[in-house]
Amino acid sequence: MKKIYGSAAEALDGVLHDGMLIAAGGFGLCGIPELLLSAIRDAGTKDLTFASNNAGVDDFGIGILLQTKQVKKMISSYVGENKEFMRQYLGGELELEFNPQGTLAERMRAGGAGIPGFYTKTGVGTVIADGKEHKDFNGETYIMEEGIFADLAIVKAWKADATGNLVFRKTARNFNPPAAMCGKICVVEVEEIVPTGSLDPDTIHLPGIYVHRIVQGEHEKRIEQRTVRSA
Amino acid sequence: MWDRNQMAARAAQELQDGWYVNLGIGIPTLVSNYIPDGMEVTLQSENGMLGMGAFPIDGEEDADLINAGKQTITELPQTSYFDSATSFGMIRGGKIAMAILGAMEVAENGDLANWMIPGKLVKGMGGAMDLVAGVGRVVVVMDHTSKHGDSKVLKECTLPLTGKAVVDRIITNLGVLDVVEGGLKIVECADGVTEEELRAATEATII
Repeated sequence: MKKIYGSAAEALDGVLHDGMLIAAGGFGLCGIPELLLSAIRDAGTKDLTFASNNAGVDDFGIGILLQTKQVKKMISSYVGENKEFMRQYLGGELELEFNPQGTLAERMRAGGAGIPGFYTKTGVGTVIADGKEHKDFNGETYIMEEGIFADLAIVKAWKADATGNLVFRKTARNFNPPAAMCGKICVVEVEEIVPTGSLDPDTIHLPGIYVHRIVQGEHEKRIEQRTVRSA
Repeated sequence: MWDRNQMAARAAQELQDGWYVNLGIGIPTLVSNYIPDGMEVTLQSENGMLGMGAFPIDGEEDADLINAGKQTITELPQTSYFDSATSFGMIRGGKIAMAILGAMEVAENGDLANWMIPGKLVKGMGGAMDLVAGVGRVVVVMDHTSKHGDSKVLKECTLPLTGKAVVDRIITNLGVLDVVEGGLKIVECADGVTEEELRAATEATII
């Protein structure tokens, strides 16, 4: 089965619909599926819910979809770098579900692993626990969190082979594997497609079984906080 | 009174050889400058890295290599990378010995608030709730009072909590306090700060 597509728009053809839940990889602007986000903007799909650790910045990442008002709701752990996000949220135009970062990652992993719910200590005694089932194990209290089953996962990897086996690079891995796992359909953008057989099977980070469509492209890979020391 | 760097240097005294440690954003990040020579401490960055190195020299920044504060960093010979679910697995699983974090408010029972001011500042908790729930020891580094002079070391937090009864030790510009049964216990006063001054700046019960 052919998984490689010629452009981000082609790779998303037929999988987008208004009101869908999309899991997106990336941490800050690192390892975000920038080409697929642009293609979703161009497609004009509306009322989207994004499960994504962050919401990008005003003009990059998910921020570009906030500007076009395509996002109805964010499920995120941190949205501090995005003025438009704050404006829409405080103005009541945008729903926001805060998830602790580890809870969000585990919700994606669990969804991808067929686990509809799990218990965690994270958030006990905080607003995050409001309305959630509490249960004691070995004298400690935990809350139940639900797995995320996304309609679509959009992720960014470094390299893919034609069968969708993926390799990520440094901290750009972050949320990409769990996001990929929890999508009914997973579309991946990569910097390089390599011949099948050229990746060492022992070094593949995410097996191709999770990957349905692949597109290769040029990435801006913007740096959010360029920090250097004197030589 | 301690400045930011002196607070970080004091917090570095909390480190122990062989520990895996997570440092929060702000003053906690400065703690890495004061790790004692010869001590092996591995820094975790919750976006998926163990063995965090220094900031890169100009021209060697890599967009794929950042810390949890989104700053460019470098790797070390012992560095490993992993995904976010694995990263918080090691945090929640108690593998990280200590987290050093900033705070907006801390209470005498160890409650911590450092993520949200209702109606005002929407940022999010990031990984802070997972860290305080999961790591072995939580040390908070913060200014003792607000810009208006109000104590941030309280009987009860007024802001939404990051974690309930999670803080073990508080390091401020005025001194060091431990969370114990019944309140806070003074461990030491900062340079030039008397015990009376520390007590006067603290709303929480000091026993």
